[in-house]
Amino acid sequence: MTGINLRGIDKRYGSVDVINNFELQINPGEFLVFLGPSGCGKSTLMRMIAGLEEVSAGEIHVAGRDVTHLAPGARDIAMVFQHYALYPHMTVYDNMAFGLRNVGVPRDEIDRRVQEAARMLELVPLLERKPVEMSGGQRQRVAIGRAVVKEPLAFLFDEPLSNLDAALRGRTRIELARLHQRLKTTMIFVTHDQVEAMTLATRIVVMNAGRIEQLGRPMEIYHRPATRFVAGFIGSPAMNFLDVDRIEAPNGFVAVRLPDGTTVQTSVPAAGLPTQSKLTLGVRPEALSIGAAEESDVLVGNAEVVERLGDQTFAHIALRNGELVIVQAGADSTISVGDLVGVRLDHSAVHLFDQSGIAYHAQARSVA
Amino acid sequence: MTVAMKVEASADRIQARKRGARAGQRWGNALFILPFLVVYLLMLVIPLFKGIWISLLEVDMLSNSADFVGLDNYVELFSDEIFIGAVLNTFYFVLISTPVFIALGLALALALNRPGRTGATLRAIFFGSSVLSVTIVTLVWKLVLMPHHGMLANITESVGLPSLSLLTSETWALPTIAVVTVWWIIGLPMMLFLAALQQIPREIYEAAALDNASRWRTLWSITLPSIRRTVALVAIIEVILQFQLFGQAQLMTQGGPNNSSRPIVQFIYEAGFRNWELGYAAAASQVLFAMMLVAMAFQVWLSSRKQAY
Ligand SMILES: Nc1ncnc2c1ncn2[C@@H]1O[C@H](COP(=O)(O)OP(=O)(O)OP(=O)(O)O)[C@@H](O)[C@H]1O
Ligand SMILES: [Mg+2]
Repeated sequence: MTGINLRGIDKRYGSVDVINNFELQINPGEFLVFLGPSGCGKSTLMRMIAGLEEVSAGEIHVAGRDVTHLAPGARDIAMVFQHYALYPHMTVYDNMAFGLRNVGVPRDEIDRRVQEAARMLELVPLLERKPVEMSGGQRQRVAIGRAVVKEPLAFLFDEPLSNLDAALRGRTRIELARLHQRLKTTMIFVTHDQVEAMTLATRIVVMNAGRIEQLGRPMEIYHRPATRFVAGFIGSPAMNFLDVDRIEAPNGFVAVRLPDGTTVQTSVPAAGLPTQSKLTLGVRPEALSIGAAEESDVLVGNAEVVERLGDQTFAHIALRNGELVIVQAGADSTISVGDLVGVRLDHSAVHLFDQSGIAYHAQARSVA
Repeated sequence: MTVAMKVEASADRIQARKRGARAGQRWGNALFILPFLVVYLLMLVIPLFKGIWISLLEVDMLSNSADFVGLDNYVELFSDEIFIGAVLNTFYFVLISTPVFIALGLALALALNRPGRTGATLRAIFFGSSVLSVTIVTLVWKLVLMPHHGMLANITESVGLPSLSLLTSETWALPTIAVVTVWWIIGLPMMLFLAALQQIPREIYEAAALDNASRWRTLWSITLPSIRRTVALVAIIEVILQFQLFGQAQLMTQGGPNNSSRPIVQFIYEAGFRNWELGYAAAASQVLFAMMLVAMAFQVWLSSRKQAY
C-alpha cells in the first residue's frame, strides 16, 4: 500500500492524552490539510509522522514500509517548519545541499537538483546569500527548496505561512498549489487558517482535541459539516446557531420553533433524526437575507452592527430574544444600524444538530 | 533669482537649526554615561598612565624619593633571567590552559545541556568549585598531591607505582598548577557554553535530523558554527585570566622548583612588595599589559576573520 498510513496512533505526554487511537489513510499524491484549533494536536501528529516525536502506541507506514521506529532522516520525508529553521551560517545553496551531502549524493547531482529547485522557486539570485540577508518570504522559499531537493515521498508543512504578511501568504499559498500540481508528491499541511485549508486541500482533516471531527473534500466539509464543531469552525463569519424546539410536521421533514415563536419548516428529513425535542439550528450568513419586518415567516430584529466589505455586507441582527445572527446582505444593501428588519431564511440550506452535536442536513443541498 | 537664493538660504538656516537641536540633544544624552566615565577615568585610565610613569622611575621607598631613569628598568628587565623565565612560564601556562578551558568547557556543556535533575545537579557541582577561594583550592590540592600520604600517592602506591611528587618536578609543576586551575574555574566557560547552546533553536536540530546529519556532522556543522562567538569570548576571557596567574603558583610552589613555575604576576609581586623596587615592578606590569594586549588583538583579529568568511 502506498501513501501514508497511520494506524491506532496514541500520544501521551506524561499522563496527558494528546492523541488517542488516531487512524488515517493518506493517499499518494494527495494534498491533505490538518485543520483545527490551537492545541488540538496537529503539530504533534505531524512531528510523529516526521519522526521528531515518538509515538506512544500505533504504527506509521510510509509507502508500505513501517517507519514507526526509524530515525527522521531515514523516512524519506521532508518537513518545512513554521519558523523556517534554516541553518543560519550556511548560504542558501548550502542549506539546500546539506541533506544531500549527508547521504552522499554525487556533487553534480546535488548541483543539478539545487539549481532546478532554485529556478522553480525563483531563488537563483539568492543562492550565495545567508538567511539573515533575506526577507521572510524568501526564507520560506528556501525552506521549501530544501525540502524539494530531497525528492521525498511526502512533504510535511507545519503552518508554513503563518509568519508571513497577508499579501505574501496569499502568494505563497498559490505557489504551494502550483508546486503540488507540478511535483504530484503527497503533501501534508497543518494550519488553523480555514482559507488555506479550503483552497489548498484535496481533503481536509478537521481535528478537535486530538480526534478527527471530519475527513472530507473542502466543499463537502463546508456544505455538510459532520458536527456542530466543524460547522462552527469552517466558514467566516461563522455559522449562526439558534436553539430550537422540534415541532410536529406531517410531511416527513422537520419543522422547528425558534425561541421567539417563529416556526421554520426545514428541508431536513425527519427520518434518522433522534426524537429529542431540543435541537440546534445552524444557518450560514449567506443562507440568510434581509427583508421587511412585516413579511411573514421572518425573524424580526434590529441591526446592531453593519460591516461593509465592499463586495458584500454583513449585518449583525439582534433578534427579539436577544440572540445575535449574522446576515450576508448584498453589496448595495441600504441597511443601517438600528433598522428594524426581517431576516429571511433559506429553508433548504439549514442544518440541524442534536444534543451531542451530530449534524443533519437539508436534502435539497447537493454536494459540490 | 534673488528669491530663489533667499529661499535656499532660509532652507539652510532651518537645516542648521535642526542640526543644532539634534547635537544639543546628543550632548544631553552623554550625561547618562557620565558616572561610568568618571569611574573609568579615575579607576582605570589614570592608574594606567600613572603605572607607565612609575615604570620610568627609580623609586626609593625609604627616603620616599624617585628619580627619573628613562627606560633603564625595561633594559634591566630583559636581561633578568628570572623575568624572562617568568614570561615564558606565563605564556606556557596560557597556552596549555586556554585550549583545555575551551575544549573541556564545551564538552561539559554539551554533555550537561539536557533538562532534568541529573543535568542540573551535575552543572551545579561543576560550577560549585568556582566559588571556592584560591587558598581553599590550593590547600585541597596540596593534600591530594602530598608525597607519601596524599590521595594521589595512595592511589599510585596501591597499584604499585612509584610515588610521584608533581609539585617538586621542574617539568610537572606548572602543568599541575594548570590542572588545579582548570578544576577550580572550569564552571564559568561551561556556563557560557551552556547559555550559548540553549540559544540554538531546537528546530534547527530537527531540520538537521531530517537532513540525515550524524551526531558529529551536527556538532561540526550546526552546533560549533552557532556558538563561534562564545568560543571566541571564552578564549579571550581565559587568556586575560590566565595571564594573571598568581595565587595558585604562590601558594603551591612559590614559583619553584628552580623558578620553573613562577608567573609574571608573582615576579611583579616579589619585585614590588618583597624587594620594594616599585619602578621595576611597574615596568614588569607594563610588559604584562603589552603581552595581554597583543594576545587579545591577535584573537580579535582571528575571530573577526573567521566571521567574515
Ligand atoms: N512536549 C510536550 N509536553 C507536554 N505537552 C505537550 C508537549 N507538546 C505538546 N503538548 C500538548 O499537546 C497538545 C497538542 O499540541 P500541538 O503542538 O500538537 O498543538 P497544535 O494543534 O499544533 O496547536 P497550534 O495550532 O497552536 O500549533 C497541546 O495541548 C500541548 O499542550
Ligand atoms: Mg502547531
